[in-house]
Amino acid sequence: MSKSPEEQHPVKAFGWAARDQSGHLSPFNFSRRTTGEEDVRFKVLYCGICHSDLHSVKNEWSISTYPLVPGHEIVGEVTEIGEKVKKVKVGDKVGVGCLVGACHSCESCENDLENYCPKLILTYNSIYPDGTPTYGGYSDHMVANEHYIIRFPDNMPLDAGAPLLCAGITVYSPLKYFGFGEPGKHVGIVGLGGLGHVGVKFAKALGARVTVISTSPAKKDEALNILGADSFLVSRDQDQMQGAIGTFDGIIDTVSAAHPIMPLLGLLKSHGKLVMVGAPEKPLELPVFSLIVGRKTIAGSGIGGLKETQEMIDFAAKHNITADVEVISMDYVNTAMERLAKADVRYRFVIDIGNTLPATKT
Amino acid sequence: MAKAPEDEHPQKTFGWAARDSSGNLSPFHFSRRENGDDDVAIKILYCGVCHTDLHAVKNEWGVTRYPVVPGHEIVGIVTKLGNNVKKFNVGDRVGVGVMVGSCRSCEYCNQDMENYCPKLIFTYDSIYHDGTKNYGGYSDMIVVDQFFVVRFPDSLPSDAGAPLLCAGITVYSPMKYYGMTEPGKHLGVVGLGGVGHVAVKIGKAFGLKITVISTSPSKEAEAIGKLGADSFLVSTDPAKMKASFGTMDYIIDTVSAFHAIAPLLTLLKPNGKLVTLGLPAKPLELHSHLLVLGRKLVGGSDIGGMKETQEMLDFCAKHNITADVEVIKMDEINTAMDRLAKSDVRYRFVIDVANSLSK
Repeated sequence: MSKSPEEQHPVKAFGWAARDQSGHLSPFNFSRRTTGEEDVRFKVLYCGICHSDLHSVKNEWSISTYPLVPGHEIVGEVTEIGEKVKKVKVGDKVGVGCLVGACHSCESCENDLENYCPKLILTYNSIYPDGTPTYGGYSDHMVANEHYIIRFPDNMPLDAGAPLLCAGITVYSPLKYFGFGEPGKHVGIVGLGGLGHVGVKFAKALGARVTVISTSPAKKDEALNILGADSFLVSRDQDQMQGAIGTFDGIIDTVSAAHPIMPLLGLLKSHGKLVMVGAPEKPLELPVFSLIVGRKTIAGSGIGGLKETQEMIDFAAKHNITADVEVISMDYVNTAMERLAKADVRYRFVIDIGNTLPATKT
Repeated sequence: MAKAPEDEHPQKTFGWAARDSSGNLSPFHFSRRENGDDDVAIKILYCGVCHTDLHAVKNEWGVTRYPVVPGHEIVGIVTKLGNNVKKFNVGDRVGVGVMVGSCRSCEYCNQDMENYCPKLIFTYDSIYHDGTKNYGGYSDMIVVDQFFVVRFPDSLPSDAGAPLLCAGITVYSPMKYYGMTEPGKHLGVVGLGGVGHVAVKIGKAFGLKITVISTSPSKEAEAIGKLGADSFLVSTDPAKMKASFGTMDYIIDTVSAFHAIAPLLTLLKPNGKLVTLGLPAKPLELHSHLLVLGRKLVGGSDIGGMKETQEMLDFCAKHNITADVEVIKMDEINTAMDRLAKSDVRYRFVIDVANSLSK
């Protein structure tokens, strides 16, 4: 007979979970393993709300197991380390992103690409080798293998830095891998939400010229004046789109709703690349002609490996890149989820776990 | 007033053309320009029948200007040289592929990628620099700028080598560009037609392990026994497809009919690449999470530049790669087109122009 979440492990834990596809979150008592010799245990201070958390609590990808504690943009302070841990010490500020385990023996793992390991273990809604579910960062503390702990640089604010652990790496990785995050290149960022706004900042810091491509003219002012984009293209404006045909080296598409990609392929120069990082539920229409004429590519990218995530955080600290956040209390999370569904946030909610979670314990 | 095709140019020429979207080809008198200083005049020996020729004669893409003389897999003998032509001699065996002109000054032309030049001129049904429409290789002779003529290696037969000028470069170019040439890696080839069968041969020459992916179990014996593929995967068999998940480094998809690419993406390993060469009329369905989970890519490719085309021919000569062809007479072309529409050819028709094109 399987144990209840509270009894699965020796150390009591408290967080908020969704119990069904309504996605409604509420207080949840569960437990975590003791600190193994390679583990790092930390008190959670902040956790970003990623759009994946919303997809997951509502079971939009049909893979959710309840009860589900989301959260994979987790920042905190180390409280205990295992004997073999060298990377951090008690009191250090650390983060955990989307992964807490992988096989460490496949080709992807050997190339520091744990995120492409077929046996990867996600921070929440996955199963550990011991058969127990993983629970995410909307909780009082976390324990993770040292390999999956990111050192948080001293000058990086914890609240505004937390979203980089998912949003940041998700845009940084393809900007580097596909070769258009560099001086002399023209990069388009489609969608100005959690991923998009961080995408603009990283692309600029990497030296590229950046155009935000959006359906909403209202976002232009912020895109140019606050986020530092070089230009703004309204994708519903036929004349603007026509004028921009064949001018982009690369486009990062962060949009998770279904949308036409043919116009985006048209914006690319020959040999240009369109990289999908959003994950629309329904299939998109792929006009093959648009790839053949001009030898263009459409690719996907999903977060990044641990080595690259650390590199991204260090780069962000050096270039003063943080997310633009709205810090909320734990008990605001359901309202935040509703607002997120309507893209009503500039640009990431971050839960002040350290200060507001304890009060919700009954 | 526009001149008749016969009167446009000084050199009288004879070929077969389609005059309307029935696609039916019949004898056609027209003319070619006089040899300019950079031109090579070529007596045509053989011309391959590419599936694109079929799309063109039936106006399936809505862009055909009739009358159209198709044919862009042309092998022939040089008969006349312009004053500036040094790289060929009269009597040389040469080839002409899909292009006969480009701007020669844009960033693509300057990087040996004339095939991506925005002012590219195709071998047939394009407008040449002099404002006249050009005609392809289903004809007795052709005049081409030397830059767009390739030397045909001595060891390559004219008939079985002709299809390399389109099918061969169409496969060779993306294999180089997308890095699909590492020996020991696993390539899936979808569709076993003109382009597909050449992909198997070129892939083997690069030292790849090849799996042919097809809807027709009947093609297995030939794929493995004759073409040299290492294995054969029936894409309509869910259990076999599942067993092959995540096993391929690359896939070349040659299929022009509308088809599902989601199952093909699942066959790729992480960081795998799918190159689409077929030209379906309708958009395909792309489940982007299949790209995101595994950083996979789908890329297009469009023939290759002239330097690369010569390199491909020399590579094929070195590795004894030719197409598997059915040689036909010019007056059998309409039947051949009907059979091509039903994929009833192993694997390319080639017209014996010199011996069968009579006025």
